[in-house]
Amino acid sequence: MSILKKFIAPATLAALVGSTALASAASEIQWWHAMGGANGERVNKIADDFNASQSEYKVIPTFKGNYTETMTAAIAAFRAKKQPHIVQVFEVGTATMMAAKGAIYPVEQVMKDAGEKFDKSDFLPAVISYYQTPDGELLSMPFNSSTPVLWYNKDAFKKAGISKAPATWGDMKTASDKLRSAGYKCGFTFGWQSWVMAENFGAWHNIPMGTKENGFAGFDTEFTFNNASMKKHIGNLAAWSKDGTFAYGGRRGDSLPMFINQECGMWMNSSAYYGSIKKQAKFEFGQSMLPYYKDMIDKPQNSIIGGATLWVLKGRKQSEYKGVAQFMTYMSSPKVQAWWHQGTGYVPITTAAYELSGEQGFYKTNPGTDTAIKQLSLNTPTAASRGIRFGNFVQIRDVINAEMEAIWSGEKTAEQGLDAAVKRGNVLLRKFEKAHK
Amino acid sequence: MLKRVHFGPSVLPYLLVTPQILVTVIFFIWPASQALYQSLLVEDAFGLSSEFVWFQNFEELFIDPLYWDSFSRTFLFSFLVAGLSMSIALCLAVMADRVVKGSSVYRTLLIWPYAVAPVVAGALWFFMFNPSLGILPYALQFLGYNWNHKLNGNEAMALVIFAAAWKQIAYNFLFFLAGLQSIPKSLIEAAAIDGAGPGRRFRTIIFPLLSPTTFFLLVINVVYAFFETFGIVDALTSGGPANSTEILVYKVYADGFIGLDLGGSAAQSVILMGIVIGMTVIQFRFVEKKVAY
Repeated sequence: MSILKKFIAPATLAALVGSTALASAASEIQWWHAMGGANGERVNKIADDFNASQSEYKVIPTFKGNYTETMTAAIAAFRAKKQPHIVQVFEVGTATMMAAKGAIYPVEQVMKDAGEKFDKSDFLPAVISYYQTPDGELLSMPFNSSTPVLWYNKDAFKKAGISKAPATWGDMKTASDKLRSAGYKCGFTFGWQSWVMAENFGAWHNIPMGTKENGFAGFDTEFTFNNASMKKHIGNLAAWSKDGTFAYGGRRGDSLPMFINQECGMWMNSSAYYGSIKKQAKFEFGQSMLPYYKDMIDKPQNSIIGGATLWVLKGRKQSEYKGVAQFMTYMSSPKVQAWWHQGTGYVPITTAAYELSGEQGFYKTNPGTDTAIKQLSLNTPTAASRGIRFGNFVQIRDVINAEMEAIWSGEKTAEQGLDAAVKRGNVLLRKFEKAHK
Repeated sequence: MLKRVHFGPSVLPYLLVTPQILVTVIFFIWPASQALYQSLLVEDAFGLSSEFVWFQNFEELFIDPLYWDSFSRTFLFSFLVAGLSMSIALCLAVMADRVVKGSSVYRTLLIWPYAVAPVVAGALWFFMFNPSLGILPYALQFLGYNWNHKLNGNEAMALVIFAAAWKQIAYNFLFFLAGLQSIPKSLIEAAAIDGAGPGRRFRTIIFPLLSPTTFFLLVINVVYAFFETFGIVDALTSGGPANSTEILVYKVYADGFIGLDLGGSAAQSVILMGIVIGMTVIQFRFVEKKVAY
């Protein structure tokens, strides 16, 4: 293998020389993230401000594409031993990251090893409970967390004679009918359908998605979301898709233009679309809590978060992790968090940041912007509403998405689609369990 | 009798082919063998624990009805893309061949789409057909047709077929045009003198004489549709809705890069590798020999 020596050794050498030359001033800390557009600029500002606040470390944020691409890039980099210090991973990747014990450096441990002050009780319980081990250790640092809310077009509501935002699914239907007779093409639409209509529907009605506390208590969990309540709900949506009450507009945030162009008067999706809607909508809009079914629960439980956290990866120089810890402290400080929350619509991750936003009068001048946080902390989370932790969930979400699409188009009934999703999902759960024995 | 000439053994020929062999080994044989090895493993994403499972990944694929769905979908997709793009290209080539004035302008313009990258082509079609922003769904509404390829699988499939076929028309056009120009004019003129009209001349003389080109293009187009349409599918539909546009090559990506199921994804690429090898054999065996000139 002299070829390898000849070609690869000089290349590695060159890379090493290059990196040491750059690192002579301050230790560099690589931060890979998935925030494009306006949020990407905010990420850069956080890093720049941190770099300006001290001279020992330099955080370098790099945009690596969407959530899936960022995670895949970090994993590939880890396999090639070129991993970043910090990587932003979305909530569905949590189980995969958790299971990679040799690769991750639990953030609580990072803080402890660096002697950095860190108090878990500063953080909002609904946010950090998603990322804790069964013993309560915090594995990754919450960064951008959101929850689905009901966005509505206030001008359209006025035109259709709807006095207030719908609270139940019955109200949703009535409001949609009024909107449609006022000339709107559809009543409502939504995005991130598995998250909004399955995962959050479960938490909101205190119905588990799967056994073993939604996977928190072990990898040997099985899905149960083909229960009667879920079938009823998805069946309703299917009927409404047929009669035009609800119009499907694609996965993730693809259906946003339908709300912005005033085709549909209501949209259910992440509270973090606040920035985009504010920028694009040519009408008055509001947000309120997700609707619920009165016959399934008296009062809604609480919704669960989505978004991403910052994971620290092992395998870099120990001294650099001190910088990582300092950056985590800076990033979660009330000032930075309040600024991030107010600009993006993500929820503040600490109580202090929430209170600071209140003191600054943000919720008064922007009514409704505290909907997400109120919804998340409506009640103490239960085993069914704390969150979900299923392996291979990125793939399983795609399965749920695909089966839901088959239901909306009328190709399958709600019962057939949900049963198939559970069956296919369980196969993937077993596969994950096997790969992580 | 020919006199045999013997050269003494020399290292020079080996030295001359070394670069090519190195390139082949490093960029083809080595990754392919990695894929083969990976397809026999069950491994977590980070590569921290792995288990050798022989052919279990393949067994799982073969009992998965969704994989077979993807297989038949891919065949349908490939033959429709090849058929559509080749027939349109042939039409255009025949027309362009007859143009006397400004023919180079026509030809240059017709070749343009080939220079468009697949993802860009996907983005173009994405905007034209976007159910809420696109111009075509808007126009279709006047005809009373509600286009929504995000919900309707058949519409989504039609869309990726059109986009993929459009992209390949230019390439086919070039080859057809070259093929047409190599047909001796005297043959066509002789047929014309014998009283054959343009349609008859095309059927009995031009098309049979083009058959080597046609067969070559058929193989190339099927290979294109199988393996190079990833960008178009990714930009237009991402395999949806309800997997209705998830062709094999997209499934490899979806399972491997999004789902992080490396073993299953590697097994799928090994199967795809087998298909390419099969197609290459067909091309070499039949294209060169069986098609009459």
